[in-house]
Amino acid sequence: MNLLRRNRSLAITIVALAVLFAVFIAIHPRGFSTYVITIWFNQGTLLGLAAIAQFFVVLVRGVDLSVGPTIALTNVVASYLLLGSPGAITFGIIAVLLVGTLCGLANGVAVVYGRIQPIVATLATGGMISGLALLLRPTPGGSVDEALSDALTYDIHGVPASAIMLLVVLLVLHIPLRRSPLGLAMYAVGSSEQSAYMTGVRVTRAKLAAYGASGTFAALAGLYVSMVTLTGDPGIGPAYTLNSIAAVVLGGIALSGGVGSPLGAVVGALILKTISSLMFFSGLPPLAQPFFEGLVLALAIVLGAFGMINVRNRLELFR
Amino acid sequence: MTEPLVRLKSVSKSYGGVPALTDVDFNCEAGLIHAILGENGAGKSTLMKLLAGVIQPDTGEILVSGEAARLTSPREAARHGMVCMFQELSLMPHLSVGDNIVISAPRTRFGLLHPAAYDDARAMLDRIGATGISLSARASELSLAERQLVEIAKALFRKPRLLILDEATSALTRKHVETIFDVLRDLKRQGVAILFISHRMHEVDAIADRISVFRNGRHIDTFDVGTRSPNEVINLMIGRSLEELFPARAATPNKDTPVVLDVSDLSWNGQLLDVRMHVRKGEVVGLGGLDGQGQQYLMHAVFGVLRGVSGRVEVNGKQISGVLPSQAKQAEIGLALVPEDRKTEGLILGMSIAENLRLAALGRVPFGILDIENGSEARIRQLIDRLSLTYGSLESPVAALSGGNQQKVVIAKWLALSPRCLLLMDPTRGIDLPTKAQIYRLLRELAREGLAIVLQSTDYEELIHLCDRVYVFYGGRIVRELTGDQLTPNALIAASMNLPNSASAHS
Repeated sequence: MNLLRRNRSLAITIVALAVLFAVFIAIHPRGFSTYVITIWFNQGTLLGLAAIAQFFVVLVRGVDLSVGPTIALTNVVASYLLLGSPGAITFGIIAVLLVGTLCGLANGVAVVYGRIQPIVATLATGGMISGLALLLRPTPGGSVDEALSDALTYDIHGVPASAIMLLVVLLVLHIPLRRSPLGLAMYAVGSSEQSAYMTGVRVTRAKLAAYGASGTFAALAGLYVSMVTLTGDPGIGPAYTLNSIAAVVLGGIALSGGVGSPLGAVVGALILKTISSLMFFSGLPPLAQPFFEGLVLALAIVLGAFGMINVRNRLELFR
Repeated sequence: MTEPLVRLKSVSKSYGGVPALTDVDFNCEAGLIHAILGENGAGKSTLMKLLAGVIQPDTGEILVSGEAARLTSPREAARHGMVCMFQELSLMPHLSVGDNIVISAPRTRFGLLHPAAYDDARAMLDRIGATGISLSARASELSLAERQLVEIAKALFRKPRLLILDEATSALTRKHVETIFDVLRDLKRQGVAILFISHRMHEVDAIADRISVFRNGRHIDTFDVGTRSPNEVINLMIGRSLEELFPARAATPNKDTPVVLDVSDLSWNGQLLDVRMHVRKGEVVGLGGLDGQGQQYLMHAVFGVLRGVSGRVEVNGKQISGVLPSQAKQAEIGLALVPEDRKTEGLILGMSIAENLRLAALGRVPFGILDIENGSEARIRQLIDRLSLTYGSLESPVAALSGGNQQKVVIAKWLALSPRCLLLMDPTRGIDLPTKAQIYRLLRELAREGLAIVLQSTDYEELIHLCDRVYVFYGGRIVRELTGDQLTPNALIAASMNLPNSASAHS
């Protein structure tokens, strides 16, 4: 019960996701089928990984505008390297992850040592990363290994491979984030950087690690984009940046830092994806869809803030 | 003589050309509780910050066990065994109590935090008497006193060789302070050196072995406790005596004086139960009791911070139940509240002194424009003079002021509205003696001018010497009202613990 009370906002978000998902299945012409679920999870995984990338930076009180560009760059790099022998592909995957991590670390260095506001620093690096992607591949193209793509985008005995992947990622992240000194340090720095410094937490290291992890997950998202689309496209960035921020907010991760979990980010991403799929099948005129998408998003956020209504001490509203 | 644990050799530190510490030699020995006394600006905090690695000396050196040490960060200082529990609380609000404690000295197994570390954190909390604080509670959910207890547990958890306590017990009740003092005495026996800063003289007398007095950034004198009288000690600090601390009490208002604030049958959320109290014009009424017995909630309920309050609140005979703070401060009602935590509730630290002073007046008149013509700026200047606020420029950020001066700004901004009734929540917590004396004098003067004052305090001396009447809270109720000769330390303590009157009968 206590556990539920502490994670109330996450619980509400999950319920909201379940309701949206039920409606989505109800109005989908093909209903509940492996095909529908797999497509839904594949798209959710793309944004989910982007949202986890955003989560790490938001956790240490930043905003990362370069999540989208990093996804684009890693997607482009993957479209050159994920071909040939298994050894070559393995090397390619490592190289792509390295590229993403380096992008993230560059942000971290700019924020930590350059003392630049995260939103400004990542706007600048985001521009540069987008530019690199364009230089590498001016127009969409390239290809990736199809066997690998098939393995990661279809289902295994009716369970989407992407769902398994996402679950593994969340499980692998959960314990180190909450129970390792470095993970806890990220939460501490996001909660109060000054207090963390006074406590003897390695603030610089925690922030660099968070930005680096953000880059790694953006690269994972970029890799998965390649798996789904089988090409490299330098222009996919902008949508991912903004949607990753929206997903994080929906998932109960405070933009003021120190609060939230990767699970929240993923649930937020799935809600966002479900809303836009709902719109697609709702029969609404296409031009009216963005309005309703925004409306549903607003309602979801209001629902998340529901707890505020019962506050007895007005001071708590400001905490 | 053996080498002291920590030795400062002709250390100086200045901020922007203003010296904070000048040529200080200072020793700190293992197995000794060493109190540092001095008024604000005497250099105590600078000394603490140097030892905790927050700042570095301009000249001179710090020796730890005889070897020169460069304390470049709190982390580095902790590596040398120097741990500071700051007055500015250092908890991460979104982390659990357990995480807050454990992260200060992480122990790992297979790369993860060792579960036993959390057991140790629990044991440490229990040891200092904080048995009621759950390890899984979020730091932001705790009261000020509870946060202070966690801070202490956190400092002890790091197993310091030198423990620095800067106003560590300012929000705690006597019972908790006693428990913590016992722990400190234990640590002392184990050879830990303890530096203790407190503005509560009786605490220093109770715990310290040795006292060092600082004045104007210089180390004035060091002597063993008991070798000087309290008055001599205060003279060393400020050149003033104890009698001057509290102003003479005025004649107590009689039954014909109009009642300004009248509260009846006030209840809220099980934390306030049928509270009935009143304050007359020109009266200073105290709210006493152990920490968290409902005193603070009464203040909040009257000022309109709480939702769902039942009962009646009247100001000047007019019912005001259900108002918001923005309405309570209007001239027709005339309430003002000086909140408990000046850093988060009383001031906007990043804004200038002048801006903070103008804030309360916002919303009283359209856009505050009329105010300038009404000469409220002149009134603010007058108030600043009256409070003898020490400041560089009115445009400098309020964060740059000392705690005492910050509190004066909070009081001044409310007085600028000429309230009828001033509610003060522990206004002198963590403030040095001379500033306390100034605030006491000011409150007395204001009462003489007809202001009704409600003073909630954890300091018994304040309640006894400053207040005309004291309501004592226990478990959300007012259990006793003490006036005149009944106002003695024993009666107050007995009432706080809800003991029968017998204890006060002896005194």
